[in-house]
Amino acid sequence: MPSYQLSVNGKAYTVEADEQMPLLWVIRDLIGLTGTKYGCGIAQCGACTVHLSGAPVRSCSFPVSAVGEQPVTTIEGLSEDNSHPVQRAWIAEQVPQCGYCQSGQIMSAVALLAGNVNPDDEAINAAMNGNICRCGTYPRIRKAIKTAASYSH
Amino acid sequence: MEPQDISRRNFLRQATWSGAALTLAAYMPANGSTLPEIVNPVMDEYLPGTALMSWISIDPAGKVTLMCNRSEMGQGTFQALPQMLAEELEVSMDDVQIAFAPANPEKYGPQPQEGSFSVRGWAPRLLRAGACAREMLIAVASAEWGVPQRECYAENGAVWHKPTMKKLPYGALVEKAAGLQPPAEVTLKKRADYKIIGKPAPRKDIPLKTNGSAIFGLDKKLPGMKYAVIERSKRFRETVKRFDDSAARKIPGVSHVLKVKRPVFSQYCEGVAVVADSLWAAIQGRKVLKVEWDAPDFEPAGTASLEKQMRENLGKIESQAGFEHEYQRCKQQLEASYETPYQSHSCMEPLNCIADVRSDRIEIWGPVQEANWIQADLSQRFNIPIERVTVHMTFLGGGFGRKGFPDYPYEAALISKEIQAPVQVVWTREDDMTAGPFRPGAFYTLKGGLDTQARIHAFQAKTATQWIGQDWSPAPPGPPDAASYNKGNFEGLLPPYRQGIPHFSFGGAGTHSPIPVMWWRSVSASTNGFACESFIDELAHLAGADPLAFRRAHLPNARYQALIDRMAELTGWNSRAQNSGWGAAFTECFTGICGHAVKVARHADGKVRIEKVVALMDCGWYVNPDIIRAQVEGSIVMALGAATIHATTFEDGKAVQQNFDTYPMPRIADIPPIEVHIMENDEKPGGVGEPGLPPFAPALANAIFDLTGQRIRRLPFSLDDIR
Repeated sequence: MPSYQLSVNGKAYTVEADEQMPLLWVIRDLIGLTGTKYGCGIAQCGACTVHLSGAPVRSCSFPVSAVGEQPVTTIEGLSEDNSHPVQRAWIAEQVPQCGYCQSGQIMSAVALLAGNVNPDDEAINAAMNGNICRCGTYPRIRKAIKTAASYSH
Repeated sequence: MEPQDISRRNFLRQATWSGAALTLAAYMPANGSTLPEIVNPVMDEYLPGTALMSWISIDPAGKVTLMCNRSEMGQGTFQALPQMLAEELEVSMDDVQIAFAPANPEKYGPQPQEGSFSVRGWAPRLLRAGACAREMLIAVASAEWGVPQRECYAENGAVWHKPTMKKLPYGALVEKAAGLQPPAEVTLKKRADYKIIGKPAPRKDIPLKTNGSAIFGLDKKLPGMKYAVIERSKRFRETVKRFDDSAARKIPGVSHVLKVKRPVFSQYCEGVAVVADSLWAAIQGRKVLKVEWDAPDFEPAGTASLEKQMRENLGKIESQAGFEHEYQRCKQQLEASYETPYQSHSCMEPLNCIADVRSDRIEIWGPVQEANWIQADLSQRFNIPIERVTVHMTFLGGGFGRKGFPDYPYEAALISKEIQAPVQVVWTREDDMTAGPFRPGAFYTLKGGLDTQARIHAFQAKTATQWIGQDWSPAPPGPPDAASYNKGNFEGLLPPYRQGIPHFSFGGAGTHSPIPVMWWRSVSASTNGFACESFIDELAHLAGADPLAFRRAHLPNARYQALIDRMAELTGWNSRAQNSGWGAAFTECFTGICGHAVKVARHADGKVRIEKVVALMDCGWYVNPDIIRAQVEGSIVMALGAATIHATTFEDGKAVQQNFDTYPMPRIADIPPIEVHIMENDEKPGGVGEPGLPPFAPALANAIFDLTGQRIRRLPFSLDDIR
């Protein structure tokens, strides 16, 4: 089986994996970071969203062999102590219900705010429409993104 | 039928389980008149420190651990239940930690997560438990000081002696307190004195869910654990004829391929499991597994034939005696039919479960809504004493009723027993979406007659659906069994109106199909509410009356009148422009009453869109207003999906929709602004997690009628199709 050198949350890992194995399962089952979730396996729900070089990707449909040199950031890489502004905003607005989709929601929101410090509703819709929340926390997600944006002003 | 105060699901359970370990009595709400068996002064592996009560443990440093004895699937029990304990115990929520109680009905009471029952069912018991613990701690402190108990009070994790302001922290008192008998009588705090209850205390599970550290079922690992995925027939109730596992066994990591089964009500559904060292290997093995299925003798169900059957059944239901006479006497008559589809639960966390089965014990870890039921079910099926079946609850990535069914733990246990190792069974999204059980579709015919004063004189509701109970004990052949059907299926259908309308007729017909069906958030009310509150609106229009005023005139109950009046205030209802696109609906289920008002408007592109939803919840006495608002917001989003975006249909005995590409979900751009308001009153605590869902679809349909004159009588419909 091929071997891959990965940088995840700033740490170096060597994993042996089938080249088609989705990054999601590498992160969860080989590296042991379970904050990134399996939701659909076909890049429809966004629960598996991680960053590759800062850009959001659906790790369930992204083969490990395509990662290359790009650094991977998962929810655990934002901060363990919830000090990242988006995590703080998520807590301030009490966003999660079941919480299963929220790692992916937060990763999408972080990527949005990295490129747009003050997103309007349209920008939020465009950036967050790939993330499903069955509990229906969308109104609070919208609010939390605006709250997070306000922290940096 | 009289409205029942107990969950219909519990009633069904009891009806099926008579003689087994679970009885109706065990599921009745605690009435507060008896204390739970709470004295347990031994160390418990789950409770650091000394266990003062089943739910309360305090260590010598004063750290308080409160147990959450019911599962947390997003609805906020993890916060709300300990908030009740902490209030009476006089500790701050900032200073407590919360742990999940394993299944143990003797110690923690019944633990089914259903019927929006957590707060309304547990308030009396948990308030008393917290108060008893407080009084026991006060008793020890007063004895230490040699002062009367009445001179002492508890505050912020310590007992104080008022005259001297001496204090002893709980940590110094707990060991002696644990040796006391709980007092027979305790005085509960007055609502006005609450420090924690009624306040939007932030949820303690949320920080775990924003940094990836919350452990859901799928995140739990055990040493030496294998992974399994299962090829199940996409058709319901097919059996495995033979399978070829030669290719699957060649996948590196695949260790076992075996036939398994899963109990679905009174039947078993078969499948073939591929077990491997990693989930990925198991998935690869399954891809090359070949299974041949035997179709037993049933007609492959399809949506077209199901709908035909439901329509025919509606025609067979007879009116109750005297109804037709009263209906014919009416000055104006109206009849309308409503149709609602099957739905999938589609929790974001697909089903999964870990089992570790040994010769003399079973351990389960997973996202489960029904810890006690699983414990009893596995004990019975594997012939292991119930005290040797341990069910650990993880966080649930959604539940909505589906994770209240013990089929998936059984499947995991069966595999673990065969391979003699702990195993995690993982359902793919496609497995989860196609296996059911589903929310049944329901069809209705409603008739209403108005008298000369344009008041409803006679009202009839006929329903045809798959009754959930029929899958436990299949109905005898013959005509639809209206009598047994009528027992349970009118949840959310008209109860508040029954006082205000002179003549009623109800009738139902069970529809038979191999498709497994079960409860889905708000159960029958999720479809009953649409039919009833749409039809009331149609009658209001026929009467030439304002829809809110018409409802108020038929709802003599003061609580409903207050709700309607408040809704009128919140929406500016009485000053709205004619046909400006407002619609409202009010439903009651699981003792929570909720109203929604929806405002729609036509955009410049000609499309009708929702501008705003105003929700008003009356759940009586409540614990955490922010959780209530969150639950109602979420219910509206879920209802929006079921009304306008998705449905499960069947062809050739299989569910057509398999993943979110064909069963799309509401997304952030679909969500209108939502306002949630809570009625303030001193009524008994009511349900919260489900009652916020049923009013949405009828309120939306009524708003569309108000704007366009177009009546929506079938769900789902697309807003894009409204002209």
